[in-house]
Amino acid sequence: MKTPILEVEHLTMRFGGLVAVDDLSFTAFKEDVTAIIGPNGAGKTTVFNCLTGFYRPTTGQLTFHGHFGPVLLERMDGFRVPRHGLARTFQNIRLFGGMSVLENLIVAQHNELMRASGYTLLGLFGAGVYRRAEAEAVERARFWLERLGLVDRADWPAASLPYGDQRKLEIARALCTGPRLLCLDEPAAGLNPRETAELGELLLELRDRHGIAVLLIEHDMSLVMRIADHIVVLDYGRKIADGPPERIKRDPLVIKAYLGETEEEELPPEVAADLAAAEGGS
Amino acid sequence: MTTAIRAPAVSVVPGLGARVKDAALAAFVAFVLLAPILGMETVPGPDGRLTLDFHFDLVAIGALGVFLGRLALSFALRGRPLARAAAGPLSVFVSRYGNWLGVAGLVFALALPLMPFSSRYVIDVATTLVIYVMLGWGLNIVVGLAGLLDLGYVAFYAVGAYSYALFAKWFGLGFWACLPIAGVLAAVAGILLGFPVLRLRGDYLAIVTLGFGEIIRLVLINWHEVTGGPNGIADIPRPSFFGFPFTRNPGEGEIAFHQLFGLEFSTMHRVVFLYYLALALALVTNLFVLRIRKLPIGRAWEALREDEIACKALGINPTNTKLTAFALGAMFGGFAGSFFATRQGFISPESFTFIESAIILAIVVLGGMGSQIGVVLAAAVIVLLPEIARELETYRMLFFGAAMVLIMIWRPRGLLAHREPTLRLHPRPGGGGS
Repeated sequence: MKTPILEVEHLTMRFGGLVAVDDLSFTAFKEDVTAIIGPNGAGKTTVFNCLTGFYRPTTGQLTFHGHFGPVLLERMDGFRVPRHGLARTFQNIRLFGGMSVLENLIVAQHNELMRASGYTLLGLFGAGVYRRAEAEAVERARFWLERLGLVDRADWPAASLPYGDQRKLEIARALCTGPRLLCLDEPAAGLNPRETAELGELLLELRDRHGIAVLLIEHDMSLVMRIADHIVVLDYGRKIADGPPERIKRDPLVIKAYLGETEEEELPPEVAADLAAAEGGS
Repeated sequence: MTTAIRAPAVSVVPGLGARVKDAALAAFVAFVLLAPILGMETVPGPDGRLTLDFHFDLVAIGALGVFLGRLALSFALRGRPLARAAAGPLSVFVSRYGNWLGVAGLVFALALPLMPFSSRYVIDVATTLVIYVMLGWGLNIVVGLAGLLDLGYVAFYAVGAYSYALFAKWFGLGFWACLPIAGVLAAVAGILLGFPVLRLRGDYLAIVTLGFGEIIRLVLINWHEVTGGPNGIADIPRPSFFGFPFTRNPGEGEIAFHQLFGLEFSTMHRVVFLYYLALALALVTNLFVLRIRKLPIGRAWEALREDEIACKALGINPTNTKLTAFALGAMFGGFAGSFFATRQGFISPESFTFIESAIILAIVVLGGMGSQIGVVLAAAVIVLLPEIARELETYRMLFFGAAMVLIMIWRPRGLLAHREPTLRLHPRPGGGGS
């Protein structure tokens, strides 16, 4: 029996007259890589923004089974979400470009370090507690840097890394917050095939070895089909399919959403008639 | 490292005609500006009334100089932008030998009153310089680290100065007792300002902080009963050497500073003491900022400057982080204000106008946002240039403005724009930089 980590129930998000997400319900499990797919503008990123407190959903309940038991995410301030163990990355990479790679990962451990530095007071006087906590934070950062092959560039400004490494760094930064669920918004965008393959391995390793569930928005179907255990398909804000990859691949609604209607159905009758006449005449 | 943002490089080498045209345009602008500034001078006429004296020869020389200079510049640059990359040789040098430079600067500052050329004037200017350095370091927390553009910093300077003046006059508290009070009150003012402006960014924040600075000044002018209005507060107690006053004839039961050390009375004692006091306050500020930059809160400020949304996604509370930046920056402004009050012995709202905020901000920006040594260099430029230019009399501010413009063209990201990480995984490579 799988344990749920995130339960989305009847999530609706309206922007004025536009319904970006319409009555969406699904459950992500702790042992799974869950993928949310759908054509552009289907509302995938909006779902992420609702989960991570950047948007207040119009209606719906979002239950997250975090470090301190189940919590409701839908009314939580964005900055409180990560402490329950939900971390995210962004579609357009958001690194602290002027700061070094290592500093990016240390900032991710801000709340722990703040506590250790006695909310700055102890840290000012160089207390041992803080120095130990900082050393631990650096070790954690080093662990992920080594895993992602960025350790040589730890002291570079983050903005000077190549694109693929910036994507990796953003994932490492999210991992340094110590998440139970990692939400990745198009992590493979702009990666070359080899980098994409490495990313797939990393996500499976997170699931299997580190017990971190993954929720992923992705357009690269080969990646999604290879690593996802569970796929949720959105189109115009509605869920049109939900299930394991094998079933999603064959789902007629999904095929329709991605490939459009067949030609005969799409053309207005008089145009179709004209076409038929033209073919007959030639 | 070439992470510098360059101005869009014009790679096309302009033709002679274009160059002459460009130079003529520059000369025309110079002419328009110089005609009233250099060309007309008001002098008292024979009957005591002011008359205009025209110096069109000067204007012509100036415009011609600009024309030739611009032409020469366009040939020298061959279409390359004038601005240098951020990590110029100066930045690299300072980042490599920053600690030694700091120590050397400190030794020089400590020894200044003993130098053969030091005089009352030199020490006075140096004290002013040190106070601006301190204000720059304080504002650096808000602007340089947290990236919040604050145009009303002088308000906290004013709060500090008035706190000292009022507490000292009404309750007879000494300088050392008033200093923390002034700091706390200024920090509270910082938080009060911080709350309403938390949602604002960039230009909007700048406008509101500008307004806040004016509000404080107007309150000081209009709240007669407490602040004395435009008349200010006079006879603010002068500082004593830990209870031993700097007076020729101390009161009953008091021992003056010169008696304590068996010295001849000299007015210089107080001047030198004030200088060291300012230096000590500035050093405390510097140590604090250097230290806090390496603490989580300091890194959170910088992260907030880089990307607020990413900060939220990492669990950093942006409200608290910004408020601490405002409060701590304001606190140092308050300390400096206290010192200002005790040094001058008289304060009025006139001392806390917008131009002061602008000067302090100029020091931070000119120094290179976030750089501690940069602030010192920039404060030296801004405080000493007008002093050096005293010889030029009427043209002093013209010279000052021109120098500022040139520096910002030459180094658009400030004198020192190099940033050293607050902690490293690998020891620094022997050669520095990569």
